Amino acid sequence: MAWVARTINSSIGKKAVMAVSGLLLGLFVLVHMLGNSTALAGRDAFLAYAAALHAHDRLLLVFELLLLVFFLVHVTLALLLTLANRAARPVPYAVTGRAGGGAGIGPGSRTMLYSGLFLLVFLVVHLVQFKFGGRELPVADLLRQVLAQPLFTIFYLAAVLALTLHLSHGFWSLWQSLGVEHPKYNPLLQRGAVALAVLTGLLFSLVPLAILFFPDFLR
Amino acid sequence: MSTAKAPIRLTLKIWRQTGPDAPGAFREYPVGPLSPDMSLLEMLDVLNEELTRQGEEPVAFDHDCREGICGMCGAVVNGRAHGPQPATTLCQLHLRHFKDGDVVVIEPFRAGAFPPVRDLVVDRGAFDVLIAAGGYVSVNTGGAPEANTLPVPRAAAEKALDAAECIGCGACVAACPNAAAMLFVGAKVSHLALLPQGEPERARRALNMVRKMDQLRFGNCGNEQECQAACPKGIKIDNIARLNREFLRAAIKSEET
Repeated sequence: MAWVARTINSSIGKKAVMAVSGLLLGLFVLVHMLGNSTALAGRDAFLAYAAALHAHDRLLLVFELLLLVFFLVHVTLALLLTLANRAARPVPYAVTGRAGGGAGIGPGSRTMLYSGLFLLVFLVVHLVQFKFGGRELPVADLLRQVLAQPLFTIFYLAAVLALTLHLSHGFWSLWQSLGVEHPKYNPLLQRGAVALAVLTGLLFSLVPLAILFFPDFLR
Repeated sequence: MSTAKAPIRLTLKIWRQTGPDAPGAFREYPVGPLSPDMSLLEMLDVLNEELTRQGEEPVAFDHDCREGICGMCGAVVNGRAHGPQPATTLCQLHLRHFKDGDVVVIEPFRAGAFPPVRDLVVDRGAFDVLIAAGGYVSVNTGGAPEANTLPVPRAAAEKALDAAECIGCGACVAACPNAAAMLFVGAKVSHLALLPQGEPERARRALNMVRKMDQLRFGNCGNEQECQAACPKGIKIDNIARLNREFLRAAIKSEET
């Protein structure tokens, strides 16, 4: 099995593992986005969704542990790759003029590290607020309580922006890293990544915005 | 027919470094008036003649064919490998693309795998090491085979030839934010993997070239596509996707344990 370690240790192998872990984390984000959006259908729908989710506590735990593994792998590799990349250019340029590949990928690719690090901070805060704290309140009230504070509204919206940027590059880049590429489907993969990222960002930002502007939301 | 174009003056900021371990610094040289039809390298020739007259060391830079086909020239001009024009080598970059009075910053390709030699010259021998690691086909000598014994689909031939346009100049490494050599290795692996002549060594080539690339301490691909924008031959990143595919396929399929 030495070939597995050798492959994963290679530059392309690390990127492939980044891609697969990123895809799985991205799928979770999409599911979470859909579940979260049940709040838009009202308090009852949101609470029913939360109850249905927690009816399968053991299964949920398995998924949570898997997510933790994917997350740790994704973050660790990102840091290892970044360090190697920094070392690959010991003397920086005096002038850096980015050309941009012209493929319409936008600002996501060059900000992956920063959007990723911000999401890491957000995730810790988010888990403390919703997973490990506030268990005594129904989740709809907990949500209203947290997002009633303008500072957290801004923080949550900033995280949604970081997520949108991260996904706009990631949802395309992961296919490229895995070698999935075809002249007929490339435009679909690239535009689809941006569209999916923007849709995710929009749906996620609706809930904090609704709480901000409609005092009776989820009441 | 040609109307005389106004000559232009530029302020050059050129990286000067006397040797591999010597500290380097930018030096400023005002040049002009120069013909806008002059190439950037011809401008350096003029500057060097002047420097020689003054008893100063001329600026060392790599060049050979000056036709944009050999891959020898290359420097980073105002932050862009081979300058601001798309699909253009440094020797084919003309002064008409600059404005009178412009400041032009010229620095060498920067990458740990391309150590500096002198001024704008860097050692791109790492690319030769990569080619020796697998960028070839082993062909038995003897009479040339009949041309049509190995059928090559036209689409495959076109893709292989597109990849084979790579002149190995190193601009992809220079332009990559991570100093990765993925476009170069992708072009070489693609060019040979697409043709029947490359088939016998296909898996070994992908594995060995990627391993060598990692050993030489090139960076990792971030899919930012800067290489594609800088490539004077318009090599596309689909060659990087093919390299990823070839490497992962070879890692899974080869009988290496």
